[in-house]
Amino acid sequence: MAANAIFRTCPTTGLKVDLAAERLIKANAVAAVVFLAIGGLFGLMVALTRWPAVHLLPADWFYLVLTAHGLDVLLVWIIFFEIAVLYFASAILLNSRLAAPKAGWVGFWLMLIGAVVTNIAVLQGDSSVMFTSYVPMKAEPHFYLGIILFAVGALVGCGVFFGTLVVARDERTYQGSIPLVTFGALTAAIIAVFTIATGAIILIPTLLWSLGLVSNIDPLMYKVVWWAMGHSSQQINVSAHVSIWYAIAAIVLGAKPISEKVSRGAFLMYILFLQLASAHHLLVEPGISSEWKIFNTSYAMYLAVLGSMVHGMTVPGSIEAAQRRRGLTKGLFEWLRKAPWGNPAFAGMFMSLVMFGFLGGISGVVLGTEQINLIMHNTIYVPGHFHATVVTGTTLAFMAVTYLLVPLIFRREVMFPTLARWQPYLFGIGAAGISIAMMGAGTLGVARRHWDISFADAPLSFDYPPAAFLMMGLNGMFALLAALGGLIYVVVVVGSVLFGRRIGDNEKVNISVASPGGAAAVSQYGSSHGVAIPGTVVLVVVFFTAFVLYYFVNWKYLSQVWPLS
Amino acid sequence: MANADNPDTGGDGEERPPFMQRVLDNPFLLLFLGVTIPTVLYVIWGVMEIVQIPIAK
Amino acid sequence: MAITPPEQRLWWKEPIAKTELVWITVAFLWGLVMFFMMIYWHGVGEQNLSNEAYRIDADKFSARTEAMVAKYTVRKEGKNETPVVRPPPGSDVYLIARLWEWYPILELEKNQSYRLHISSLDWQHGFSLQPVNINLQIHPGYEMVVNLKPNQAGQFSIVCNEFCGIGHHTMIGRIHVLDKM
Repeated sequence: MAANAIFRTCPTTGLKVDLAAERLIKANAVAAVVFLAIGGLFGLMVALTRWPAVHLLPADWFYLVLTAHGLDVLLVWIIFFEIAVLYFASAILLNSRLAAPKAGWVGFWLMLIGAVVTNIAVLQGDSSVMFTSYVPMKAEPHFYLGIILFAVGALVGCGVFFGTLVVARDERTYQGSIPLVTFGALTAAIIAVFTIATGAIILIPTLLWSLGLVSNIDPLMYKVVWWAMGHSSQQINVSAHVSIWYAIAAIVLGAKPISEKVSRGAFLMYILFLQLASAHHLLVEPGISSEWKIFNTSYAMYLAVLGSMVHGMTVPGSIEAAQRRRGLTKGLFEWLRKAPWGNPAFAGMFMSLVMFGFLGGISGVVLGTEQINLIMHNTIYVPGHFHATVVTGTTLAFMAVTYLLVPLIFRREVMFPTLARWQPYLFGIGAAGISIAMMGAGTLGVARRHWDISFADAPLSFDYPPAAFLMMGLNGMFALLAALGGLIYVVVVVGSVLFGRRIGDNEKVNISVASPGGAAAVSQYGSSHGVAIPGTVVLVVVFFTAFVLYYFVNWKYLSQVWPLS
Repeated sequence: MANADNPDTGGDGEERPPFMQRVLDNPFLLLFLGVTIPTVLYVIWGVMEIVQIPIAK
Repeated sequence: MAITPPEQRLWWKEPIAKTELVWITVAFLWGLVMFFMMIYWHGVGEQNLSNEAYRIDADKFSARTEAMVAKYTVRKEGKNETPVVRPPPGSDVYLIARLWEWYPILELEKNQSYRLHISSLDWQHGFSLQPVNINLQIHPGYEMVVNLKPNQAGQFSIVCNEFCGIGHHTMIGRIHVLDKM
């Protein structure tokens, strides 16, 4: 087994970089960005159709493009990027060779072929079944086949990740425990294994049904198992983007975890309980007991939410501590005001943290409350929630880390630095805007996945309130802003990778504002009287207040609707 | 990296890490837990609920 | 740093800072509050799903619906001349979801309870009562039973909010609620 691995030494971080791992990281990252561009364009077309004054696409194209949008961003862009993150967090951070690079390439090609096959199925027009493909609505067999191939490829990638952990430990390429970022990546990989296994369990029979070899798939059974894959695939994202927050804070600011124990404990809550919340999607289904619904939707008494709330303090807290160490100690927020907001990696990361917490996290917990779900299920509030989590949260964080990946892994200087500086803001504000607009429209009852809320072709008439139309217009406008931010990202990243100035093999990259020697003060971390993060405490109190208020406001809304029992 | 000032690591004999740390340092144990727990509590329990839905009289 | 192995080899032994401990405790307790809130609402709240449901095939459900329509139709409405049905309070009311309509139209009395049975004859549909904004998922082969008590009079619409093909956005139903019948 291999000691044919060839390494280079990173001049900026000193890490040993396995060239085979690096090639795979690049391939997966490139594929990711290509599908982000395609999926993002589809998303813009969806938003411009749902903007009633524009109503861009006719109905059949709208449902087709909506299906493709969901697949290409929610599944393909994000998982390709996550595979790159897994390889980085294992081989690179552990100074190790990647286990079985050939398997890594098999996984890559399976993912790429699968993604292309499913996209072809959708573009051919007979598989407009939405990303969820609920039976008994039937797509063409190659729709399901493509997703299965993609999933198998991703599973192979996870296998390579686990294999690399074993190799690194056996070959003693690091001392002690794996770094926190690698532990977060491990969390993502574990959830990915569950995701893919359940995906296979449901999609393989569904493929056979589509081929006519299986006569019937129970729709309720399908939903329970599909969502084990469907929502867990998004929990992979949460684990991955939280890890990336820690990574960016470390690289750009020299931030250190306040407590390895607390942060890892929070990831443990994710490993054990995050996947239970797939039940969120089944809260208003017939026949399933409230016991199952309440236990699972709460992530086992909200223990996984505890994990998220912990990261919500420890990530900014570690940044505040690092900034205070550098001398930015004036008042409560000098550390934040004088943070490197002109650095797109930092700006994207911090906005991702705030937006994911306030917009995505709070709306998710509320949406996932058994009875409150009655006034929210399948309204456009749901996409409002998940654009906050997956777009302002995960996608923005992944965009942010790309600004480090380009110089460190692709070894190119980031081109168009002014555009790069603005990009996270344009995209972040655009994405936050669409989330808020959709949540507003959903609160007014607007349906999701719906081509015409004016019901022009319907046999009976109905009018949503005028404010709902305003919300859908705002959604369209913010989507334009987000699309602009996305376009700039693609142009900057693709341009830099192809045409950016090459960084020399021994040339250090200036990506950190931290001085290297801050270890002394750090050894105080974890002591019960060393941590001073008052600014973070204020942020966290504001967050908690918003959470409690919004949570109870929704119970109030619920209490006013028709009694049901 | 062992801190040279840490009295717990002395000379050649290294103290065994605490139980929870050993759990968190074991990726395959975590993989087992992370797959088994939702399989039982979400999938299996959920499927059992569905098969028990009665037939309309 | 988070990208390097922990500095303390035995990092589990590090004590936890007070700020973190306080936050962990607060977050944990808040989690318990939210968990018990759902259970509490089942006891005290008026909006809960009973989770009463049955397996039923399309023909049987259709037959029961048509029996109700035959007995209680008062008039027809809309481009498709959909029957408007006025079932007695407290009775079993049947509503079909099918590509692409909600059948029939219901006329109910305010502050009276009805046992509403909903099922689909073909694909999944989303029962979205507007502007009340009550949302239920309707499956083929399963009948959901909800004890419903309209607390306002007026004209209400049932939007379908589960994508069900090219006619999805034309699928709309209606419920009238009268002050007194």
